[in-house]
Amino acid sequence: MIAIVLKISIALVVIAALLNVYRLIVGPHAPDRVLAIDTLAINAIALIILLGITLNTRMYLEAALLIAVMGFVSTVAMAKYLKRGSVIE
Amino acid sequence: MNLFIEYIIAALLLLGAVFTLVGAIGLAVLPDFFTRLHGPTKATTVGVGAMALASMIWFANQPVGTGFVEILIMVFLLLTAPPSANMMAKAAMHMEVPKVGNTRGDPWQQ
Repeated sequence: MIAIVLKISIALVVIAALLNVYRLIVGPHAPDRVLAIDTLAINAIALIILLGITLNTRMYLEAALLIAVMGFVSTVAMAKYLKRGSVIE
Repeated sequence: MNLFIEYIIAALLLLGAVFTLVGAIGLAVLPDFFTRLHGPTKATTVGVGAMALASMIWFANQPVGTGFVEILIMVFLLLTAPPSANMMAKAAMHMEVPKVGNTRGDPWQQ
């Protein structure tokens, strides 16, 4: 049963990632694109967790943690750049 | 593995996937930026949290054994989603992104 649920979950998360890519391409302003990239990072974490359960290995979870950290830092840097004109003043 | 634990893992995985999809649909179809900000920053965090919990329960019942990385991911996402959303909202307010009529609040006109 877990195998079927894993396939359904991966399909739903991939559809979510495609919707995020749609917003990334269409998004009329720059904050929309920043938000889409942030959500894409979170969807990548979800896909990595599902891949780890599928392959029955814990090797990729550190990569998920790194993507979480880098996604947060890049989102803050982009928002800061859009707001102030420079990342570090 | 116990069948009850298997049902719990399946329910958590489906919950996480459905929450992620709802957040992405909110990001795709809502009318302006400030309403679009609601969907991913709330729903997606809960979705990834449920999936990490499912992963913890799954590996605790496997010979691999469980660990603390999922707890780190959950805590980090729950801690960092509100500040990043706040900073994006402030950047959008600074850029004066257009909004639809029903979006309330106009902090630069006070």
